Amino acid sequence: MAEEGSKSLSVIYCGVCTFPPEYCEFGGTLQKCKDWLKDEHPSVFEQLYSEDALAKAAEGLSLEKQEKIEREIQKLQAKEANRAEKELQKKLASKVVVKRVERSKRKHVIVVSGLEVFGIDPKKLAKTFASKFATGASVTKNVEGKDEIVIQGDVGDEVEEYVSTLLEEKGLDSVKVERTEDKPKKKSQS
Amino acid sequence: MFKKFNSKDDIHSRTNVKSSVQRGLKSKLIEQFPKLDHVIDEIIPKKGQLVVIKCTDRLSLYAMDNEVLFYQQFDDPFVPSLRLVHKFPEYFPSVKVDRGAIKFILSGANIMCPGLTSKGAALPDENFPAGTVVAIFAEGKETALAVGKLTMDTDEIKKVNKGMGIEVGTYLGDGLWSLELE
Repeated sequence: MAEEGSKSLSVIYCGVCTFPPEYCEFGGTLQKCKDWLKDEHPSVFEQLYSEDALAKAAEGLSLEKQEKIEREIQKLQAKEANRAEKELQKKLASKVVVKRVERSKRKHVIVVSGLEVFGIDPKKLAKTFASKFATGASVTKNVEGKDEIVIQGDVGDEVEEYVSTLLEEKGLDSVKVERTEDKPKKKSQS
Repeated sequence: MFKKFNSKDDIHSRTNVKSSVQRGLKSKLIEQFPKLDHVIDEIIPKKGQLVVIKCTDRLSLYAMDNEVLFYQQFDDPFVPSLRLVHKFPEYFPSVKVDRGAIKFILSGANIMCPGLTSKGAALPDENFPAGTVVAIFAEGKETALAVGKLTMDTDEIKKVNKGMGIEVGTYLGDGLWSLELE
């Protein structure tokens, strides 16, 4: 082959919305995108958002169209912000329940539920539990259709510790980890 | 098509593609996209291992190194993923849409003829027959916005200017764009 280099174009993608920077205005996080772009790729920022670039883009549009576009961008951003807020609230409000269930007189299992909201892959987590605690762990669906991790043995304390550290790593350390037992006597710790 | 698509629910299986099948695929792709001939070895190197991921509704994703390259539904023509089009923009047939259509395309709508014939838009001079898979660019933007299939010949679109012109397959920010394969 005559040419050495590859023919592929390498495209920069915004770190905030994953779109190419010229489409950031449609992603609803324009302000954050602009800040990111300024830090990471100042040359592209100049290209897109400098005075002349904006003037050139606005050339073809009448004044009211420009204003309309502005308003639309604002609306989109507000909607996105609201959505992100609500999701965060949901995440903070939900808790992880670590339940101790009796399997037979001497044996217990630990059931961990409520991990879905946090974007944790239950299968991977179950495998980690299984290898960490040297016991069996599996993922099942409970009555409400939510995923639950069932760990054999009475490893409730370690599980609670592990889950709290896991949540802390993700930055969600205000979430409660609740301990319960499958008997009328309940123990709640956070 | 990928408006709601996540790896948990919609992916059924993942298998390696036999090298004989891989060769057949490459030739079919070149048949469909003649310009691709120059770069096909870069997209799918001879030693590369292509995997086919089967999904709901007879959808197959062809990926390599955990990045989806093409997809195919039933036995329809292959459609390149948007990321691939970003990497090799000139090797796929393309059309340009009006700026006002961008918002709608990004929420999954199909493209109506007026969006392709109005002031900011551009259709190629030669005729692309209906059924051609095209990359969709937008007025004032350098990178492709979506990939879709023509439902009418481009000449027809210019003449009739009514009805749906392009069926959008994948667009920026859809399920396929955000898909993460481990």
